[in-house]
Amino acid sequence: MSFISVKKLWKEYGDQVVLENLNLEVKEGEFCTLVGASGCGKSTFLKMLLGQETASRGELSLQGEQFPGQPDRNRGIVFQRYSVFPHLTVRENVLLGLELEQKPLLGKLFGKARKDALAQVDAMLEAVGLGHALNKWPHELSGGMQQRLAIAQSFIMKPRILLLDEPFGALDPGIRGDMHDLILKLWRESGTTIFMVTHDLHEGFYLGTRLLVFDKIRNDPQNPEAYGATISYDLPIGQSDPQLYQSIESSVSETSRQLSA
Amino acid sequence: MRQINRHPGRVSATLLGLLPFLLIALIYSIASQERLADNPNDKLLPGLEQMTAAVDRMAFQEDRRSGDFLMWQDTTASLARLGIGVGVAALLALFVGILNGVLPLVRANLAPLVSALSMVPPLAILPILFIVFGLGELSKVMLIVIGTAPIMMRDVAQRVRELPGEQLIKIQTLGANSWQVITRMALPQVLPRLIDAVRLSLGPAWLFLIAAEAIASTEGLGYRIFLVRRYLAMDVILPYVIWITILAIVIDQCLRFTNRRLFPWYNAGGH
Repeated sequence: MSFISVKKLWKEYGDQVVLENLNLEVKEGEFCTLVGASGCGKSTFLKMLLGQETASRGELSLQGEQFPGQPDRNRGIVFQRYSVFPHLTVRENVLLGLELEQKPLLGKLFGKARKDALAQVDAMLEAVGLGHALNKWPHELSGGMQQRLAIAQSFIMKPRILLLDEPFGALDPGIRGDMHDLILKLWRESGTTIFMVTHDLHEGFYLGTRLLVFDKIRNDPQNPEAYGATISYDLPIGQSDPQLYQSIESSVSETSRQLSA
Repeated sequence: MRQINRHPGRVSATLLGLLPFLLIALIYSIASQERLADNPNDKLLPGLEQMTAAVDRMAFQEDRRSGDFLMWQDTTASLARLGIGVGVAALLALFVGILNGVLPLVRANLAPLVSALSMVPPLAILPILFIVFGLGELSKVMLIVIGTAPIMMRDVAQRVRELPGEQLIKIQTLGANSWQVITRMALPQVLPRLIDAVRLSLGPAWLFLIAAEAIASTEGLGYRIFLVRRYLAMDVILPYVIWITILAIVIDQCLRFTNRRLFPWYNAGGH
């Protein structure tokens, strides 16, 4: 049995079909990147994995069991923005998850327990390259630093699944490269299953183990909402030749043109 | 150069700001002098001399009848009512506002009531307060609470709902239960916003305080102003009004300062 299995999954909002007939099997420890035009249901699929949305039809299961209907500590998330808490310092932001888990009522650690947890926190922050900024406020950090913090915040919980919703979309290209290295390093060390949504086809092509392209195979020019998107390509990374890249690129941009028309 | 692009320098900005104050003082003193030249016993526009004499009498000499320093007595009585009223209102606002903002079931249940209550003109129910709570301290404090709490409740709930949805999801993925979402995410982020709401509510709070004191009281700044009105004692009323204004400004600035000190992340644009 695979770790995550998706069978004949549909998602509709009224007449609007977002996802149609999605089928997917994912093994534990895979790093899947999700690419596709805006409005092709990548984020909707991510929200279903998170428990924020439920499927209209079909099956979405985690090790044979139905997906939990609300977010929990086993599934971490990093958004493009607003993932960190502005009222907590860098250290406190990462400490928060440990505190919430160990103290259901107070939500705060004191004394030796806090000291032990902080040692763990500092090691995590060192690993993401924020060792020098432990006591800063998030607003004092650059965009890239804030994303490093959000990643540390999620990884310290050792989630079984980590969802990344265009985490590097707002960053400068140079910094994006550093972030790729970071996320790959953490993924190898932790063995977490990662799903990453990205706009950047190039990013999707070499990061991770598997590329999932979300695209509309059928299109009705009179009624663009009649058909949903599905996974049009499901490729293992490393087998990608330039021609395929070109063909995916043009297919995705064709869909996005039709959607925005 | 266009007017919208002309900016004053530091010194000229200060001077421009001072100018209206000086003008008002000047116009007043000319008018006052003219009236006093006609009739040295004129009460309508007292000069500086009469006003300092009145302040001296009210603040620094014992009252002949009661032996109290009236202005201080009035000030402490009024500030106590204002403080208790606004304090209770702020606590209520925090409690109801956070529950309304965080819990959809509570919101469905309470938000319409809070909205309706905030539309009731508080002065219209002042007679009810006097009937129910008597003419003592309680009815005056209640007027301030009823007058300011519903609007602050709505404000706090709104601020909670303005927190980015991403945060709410994120804290759940860190394992927070509903209680922890309130205590570790909503409450700490809403506190500085509550202080801002209190600052905005102080204007109405003073209004309700003085209205209540004017109608039924035996001491207080509002009571004194309305009492001496019977003798046309502008020499007391004007200094009292200036004193109330100064108190309002000082309280407002103290709250602003507290906000800055307690929540450095909030005021540096971290929200």
